[in-house]
This record gives sequence, C-alpha cells and structure tokens, in this order.
Amino acid sequence: MKNTIELDRVGMVYETASGPVEALRNISLAVGEGEFISIVGPSGCGKSTLLRVIAGLRPMTSGTVLVDGTSVTRPIPKVGMVFQAAVLLKWRSVLDNVLLPAELAGLNPHKFRERAIELLHLVGLEGFTGKKPNELSGGMQQRVALCRALLLDPPLLLMDEPFGALDAMTRDDMNLELLRVWGQETGGTGRKTILFVTHSIPEAVFLADRVVVMSARPGEIADVVNIELDRPRTVETRATADFGHYSLQIYETLTGQMTGDNSRSAQTLS
Amino acid sequence: MTKAFDKALDWLPALGLFVALVVMWQLAVTQFGVREYLLPSPASVVGSMFSSEINWIGHILVTGWAILGAFLIAAVGGILLGTIIAWSPVMSRALMPFLVFVNVLPKVAVAPLFLLWLGYGILPNMLIGALIGFFPVVINTAVGLLQIDEDMLDLGRVFNAPKWKVFAKIRIPNAYPYILSALKITATAAVVGAIVGEFVASQAGLGYVIITSQSSMNTPLAFGALVWISVLGLLLYGAVAVLSRVIAPWAENQEG
Ligand SMILES: Nc1ncnc2c1ncn2[C@@H]1O[C@H](COP(=O)(O)OP(=O)(O)O)[C@@H](O)[C@H]1O
Ligand SMILES: [Mg+2]
Repeated sequence: MKNTIELDRVGMVYETASGPVEALRNISLAVGEGEFISIVGPSGCGKSTLLRVIAGLRPMTSGTVLVDGTSVTRPIPKVGMVFQAAVLLKWRSVLDNVLLPAELAGLNPHKFRERAIELLHLVGLEGFTGKKPNELSGGMQQRVALCRALLLDPPLLLMDEPFGALDAMTRDDMNLELLRVWGQETGGTGRKTILFVTHSIPEAVFLADRVVVMSARPGEIADVVNIELDRPRTVETRATADFGHYSLQIYETLTGQMTGDNSRSAQTLS
Repeated sequence: MTKAFDKALDWLPALGLFVALVVMWQLAVTQFGVREYLLPSPASVVGSMFSSEINWIGHILVTGWAILGAFLIAAVGGILLGTIIAWSPVMSRALMPFLVFVNVLPKVAVAPLFLLWLGYGILPNMLIGALIGFFPVVINTAVGLLQIDEDMLDLGRVFNAPKWKVFAKIRIPNAYPYILSALKITATAAVVGAIVGEFVASQAGLGYVIITSQSSMNTPLAFGALVWISVLGLLLYGAVAVLSRVIAPWAENQEG
C-alpha cells in the first residue's frame, strides 16, 4: 500500500457563475509504488484539476482518492509539486527557494541545507546557490523548482506540464535529467511515484511506464498505454521503432476520439 | 571609463538644459527690466533663500516636520489598513466603501475643519498630508499581498502552512515593491498636504512664508520658499527611492 494512488470513479464539478462545469468524470486508476505515469489530453480536459484533487488541494465532488490506502480529504504533505511556471520567490536566493518547503512545513531549514545543496548539485546548479532566480535561464529555474519539490523527499511527485514553457532542446535535456534524478534520488522512501502531465506525446512516451490518455471535457480516461521501452532511456530511445509505434497509437487515440465522434454523427445525419 | 562616470554622463543633458534655462531666465529679467515683484531673477531668488531677513531654518523645520509626520502617518496607517483588508475578506467588505468615500472626498476642502478641531499648529497639517497620501498605500499594500500566483499558494497549502507564515514568507515580501511605489506617491502628497495646511492658517512654515510674502509683495521670498519646499520634497522622495533599492532590489527592472 506504500506510495500508491488509487482513484475510484473520481468526478469533479466546478460551480461557476455561468453554471456547473464538469471537469472530471468517472476517473478510475491504480498507480503502483515507484511508477512513472504520464497524462496526456487536450487543453481543459481536467489534467491540472486531477493532480490537485490527488494532492487534496481541491475537494472532488464524487468518488474517492486513496493515497497509501488512506482517503484524501485535505492537503497531504507527502506530495512534491512542480508547475508549468517555476514560481520561485524573486527575493530569495536559489538555495533559499529550495529550502522554502522546510520553512512552510515548520521544520528547521538548517537541517536541510546539506540536502538542498546536494539536490542542486544533482541538477548541475551547484555554482548557482547564491544567485537570484532572475539571473537564471528558464530551464535552470525549472531545475530549481524540481529541487524544491524534492527537498522533503516526498514519495509522490505531481508535475503539471513542468517543461511546457521550455524550448524543445532544453525540454529534451530536462527529460533526461528528470529520469536520472528519478533513478538516483531514491532517498529513504524508495523510488518516487510520479504523475507527469504534458501536452507532448513524445515526452509522455519517453518518460513513462504507462501513459494515461484523457478525452476532452468532461475529462475521462480514454486509454491507458503500457510503454515497454527499456530503461535507462537515452537519446537513442526516441529513434526506435517501438517509440514511434507508441507515439502513433496515442496520437490516434487522441485524434480518433474526435474523428470517431464525427463519423458517428455523420452516420446519424445520413 | 568607470561605471559611475557613465552614470554621471546620463545626467548631462538634463543639467545642460537646467543651466540654459536659468541663464535665459536671468538674461530675460535683466534685459527686459522685468519688475522684481512680478518675476525675480534667479540671482535674487538664490539671494533671498539665504538672506537673514527671515528665520529660514525655523520655517524649514516646521514644514519639514509636518511633511515627515504626514508621510509616516500615511505610511504606517496605510500599510496597516491594507494588511487588514488583505487578511480578512469580511474586514475588506466593511472597510472598502469608507475608504473609497474618503478617497473621492476633496481632502483639501477638509483642511479648515481640521484646523477648527485641532487648532493651529503642526498636527492638523500633518493629518491633511496623511489624508491625501494614505489611500494609494492602502490599495497597493492590499494588492501586493493578494496578487500571488495560485500555484505558489498551493505550495503553502500542501504543507498546511499557517496563514501568518504564508504572509510572513510569501505575501509580505511580494508586497514590498507595490508598497514602495505607493510611498513615492505619498512622499509628494505629504508635501502638498503640509503646505495646504499652512496656507489655510499658520504662524510659521514655508507655506506661511509664501502667504505673507505675497501680501508684502516680496516675491523673491516666495520663490525662495518654493525652492526650499522642492528641496524637502526631493529629499523625502530620494529617501524612499533609496529605501526601495535596498529593500526590494528585485523590483528595480519591473518598475523602471
Ligand atoms: N477553479 C476553477 N473554477 C472553475 N472552473 C475551473 C477551475 N479550474 C479549472 N476549471 C475548468 O475545469 C476544466 C479543466 O481545467 P484544467 O484542470 O485546468 O484542465 P487542463 O489542465 O487539462 O488544461 C476547464 O474547463 C476549466 O475551465
Ligand atoms: Mg493544466
């Protein structure tokens, strides 16, 4: 039951001024310990909502979420979060940004200094600990955000399009970096369970053990694809035939949803 | 070339224009024989600024204290009110209508009432200045405290961080640039308020000098007082600018 996530018929309806918006419908998924799950789906299909529901940041309107077998009803501190924007504190040094979770959680930040420096070393930022965020490139800032998420060694890592704002080259670098960190950074709690939301099909395939494909609003699970590519994954992985097949399969599921619907409505019309 | 030297070069155009204007002013007055009570020459203005016919130091101190007091009351009061508004939505809903009302009120028109209630002296002038200057501080403090990335707040929520801690670590530093840019406006408003108070009724201060020199047609003295007021205003404004560079250096390039 350790570091597992179980979603059982999770539904989420936002009440807005212009009426209810159904963001998630009937999401059921079991994620095992140390699994790397990518989530792809069209914009607005509820991917961000799903991550926040799992973290206990938004109360779901139906179904249950179990983390480690315990029902999630309020924010759980065992998650690390990384967002599309690095959201670093501009007035703090890189090191102090990484230490923020310790302070927010009421722990003694001095005890985490060594670990923070170790993490920054792991992502190649050991020379930047005293710099301010605006002295770093976008990719470096996102690395700092990753270190911050890892500081308290959370068993679950929830990443919401973390590399979406980076250029393609930096993004590929960051993917390798993330897998390297995931492989090395086992900490005291074993390999982390990661939910990784992305817009990019190749990125999803490259990283994941399984790719969850979601349909347009209301977000439902359209397909779950097992990615049986060897690890460690390298630059060459992207050039293999299997990588292409998986990407194509997911692409067809995503678009086929639309064309499938279209042909159905076309039939009803004729 | 040193960096400081380059910086100094940036000021050259403004300095040149200033010198040219002063020279033209001086020449115009002496060449066309403009009467002194209409427009005194720069030389006679400078002369009157340091003349011993009146107690400049005394007047400068009276107005200086009024400006400083107005500024501090507006700053402290504005930051407190802004924080209360950002902290509690209920307090925000209770206070905002009053604040908006005070803001649209022509504060200068309230000056005679302050004098009626508080009598002559420095206090009513401080309060008028504070009244003119505090609203931008309230609004900017509240905005600075509330305008936080939702993702950033989620980061705090994940750790069940108490509200005061989110304020201390995230919201308050985030508000520094907003507060400091409001304080620059307040620095100017404090000067206006203090002088208006002295215009309405006073026995000392630079505003008093302007009023009395007007009735005695001693225009160089009025100009001298005007320059001293500007000096006080610039000192306060400069102090706030330096403070903002020290406290919130990261805001430098986003403010300009
Ligand atoms: N706080 C909110 N209030 C109301 N509606 C929301 C809120 N957050 C998201 N939504 C709506 O829910 C749907 C899913 O949003 P989101 O989870 O952000 O999707 P994604 O991350 O897949 O783009 C969208 O239609 C969005 O407009
Ligand atoms: Mg999203």
